[in-house]
Amino acid sequence: MGWLGPAEWQAVTLSLRVALWATAVSLPPGILVAHLLARGRFPGRGLLNGLVHLPLILPPVVTGYLLLLAFGTRGPVGGLLAEAGIVFAFRWTGAALAAGVMAFPLMVRAIRLSIEAVDPRLEAAAATLGAGRAAVFLTVTLPLILPGILAGAILAFAKAMGEFGATITFVASIPGQTRTVPSAIYAALQVPGGEGTALRLVAVAVAVALAALGLSELVARGVARRIGRT
Amino acid sequence: MTLTVAIRHDFGGFALDVAFAAPAGITVLFGRSGAGKTTIVNAVAGLLRPQGGRIVVAGRTLFDSAAGIFLPPHRRRLGVIFQEGRLFPHLTVRQNLAYGRWFAPPGGPPGEVAEVVAMLGLGPLLDRRPGRLSGGEKQRVAIGRALLARPAIVLADEPLASLDEARKAEILPYFERLRDGVAVPVLYVTHAPAEVARLATTVVALAHGRVTAEGPAAAVLADPAVTPLGAREAGAMVLARVRAHHPDGLTELEAGGAPLFVPALAAPPGTEVRLRIAAHEVILAREKPVGLSALNILAGRVHEVRAGEGPGAMVALDTAAGRLLARITRRSAVAMGLRPGLACHAVIKTVAPAPADLGGGGEPE
Repeated sequence: MGWLGPAEWQAVTLSLRVALWATAVSLPPGILVAHLLARGRFPGRGLLNGLVHLPLILPPVVTGYLLLLAFGTRGPVGGLLAEAGIVFAFRWTGAALAAGVMAFPLMVRAIRLSIEAVDPRLEAAAATLGAGRAAVFLTVTLPLILPGILAGAILAFAKAMGEFGATITFVASIPGQTRTVPSAIYAALQVPGGEGTALRLVAVAVAVALAALGLSELVARGVARRIGRT
Repeated sequence: MTLTVAIRHDFGGFALDVAFAAPAGITVLFGRSGAGKTTIVNAVAGLLRPQGGRIVVAGRTLFDSAAGIFLPPHRRRLGVIFQEGRLFPHLTVRQNLAYGRWFAPPGGPPGEVAEVVAMLGLGPLLDRRPGRLSGGEKQRVAIGRALLARPAIVLADEPLASLDEARKAEILPYFERLRDGVAVPVLYVTHAPAEVARLATTVVALAHGRVTAEGPAAAVLADPAVTPLGAREAGAMVLARVRAHHPDGLTELEAGGAPLFVPALAAPPGTEVRLRIAAHEVILAREKPVGLSALNILAGRVHEVRAGEGPGAMVALDTAAGRLLARITRRSAVAMGLRPGLACHAVIKTVAPAPADLGGGGEPE
């Protein structure tokens, strides 16, 4: 891409990597938590619900600072992980963690809604046909919530691409490590003559968002056709 | 292969306490809505855990409160046919049919799938998804899916209730084939007298969470003491055989040596059919009536006269065709001097064996 400078290109690929990892890694726990919230009856369900939604309500800077306290090299979790060789602070992995945490509530909400739309009587029918709980989930629930999972994943990806406040608080804005597209746009606007860079990155952000939206629309239509809902 | 059920469950306002055995063939749980039929099916299926009792299918204990046994649904080897079909919308008919087999123990006769597909006429539907099937087609697939799970018992919970009359007529013959051709016991829930008369091998009559009668279909249905839906819906079941088709549009049947005439039946001579003769369609006469438009007159003897609380009385009459029920007024019963052993004639209005109440014969398509 000739029209993007090397630093700009670096920000774009970094953002894509961060958002993809954030989405991919949070998807399995996202499905699990959504299932627990939709179908589970256990003490502490309200607490879990609140915890999941916290990043949606808290100022992103607060979330970022809490992440820094917990996952910084001297934080309780970060210290333990550092001994195992996993470092989040001021690395692209930290940017992915921040993006994942911020995107998690959106993903869980979308998946939870689709699980609640599945008729539990279909799951009971599957059980009478010999399917255990895991088999019922894999063969009936999961295929039926696929559109919701895709919607949740795409929402989370878009949110992760745009995450700024928590990321910059937690892992700063280090070119090549943690300077994602939003950080790069912000940095460009801080220096004289940076408008060109900012505008080019804005164009990329808009294009990626539109592509994600179009893809989700296409996939949802394909799934609907397969299930035969008319 | 049999099923024995003895369960107790208290819902607060409603208490269920039943015990019965279901031999091979179709055992119909028959009673009004709220009699406890669906609760029993859910208990057998493992979708409800009763407070006490025992459920055994073909020697396997599914539930025993005393021994602390409660098998979850997926380990019970069931074939459940739900009222609303409950087909998996994301799978094709072929995959729906195969679903239970993924979890069933291996084995089973070769060509099993082809046989069930042929029996239910599912061949042209195999590659479709449930969203593109009619109500009757969905129910046929649901029957096939239940059978192909290699179940130890088939449970059918009002499988025809959501269908219109034409679709019911389309599905009923498949249940008859099930009754006559499959060794697995079928527990069938309904409140439709026509379905009971047509399908039941054994009838378990239920009222207010209790079993009021249990036994072979003909005996229970012709018992004037047992009218699970009230006297208005009472009717006996008679087994007959097609003898001949007459050019004037009538079909002659033979039941226990006695001739019966019904509107043209599309079944070859020799075919066995079940007739439901509703009690309110039977008139009694002391002398053999002459100069009457009714074609079907059977000689018999009064077995029992049972007066209800209102003006009506139910009379059980033994004829060559079997025991019939007649619903008459108490005043007539007294005026005619009806008592057990008295010779009597039953006049069955020709309209009585209506097509919806006729079993067997006719091809479904």
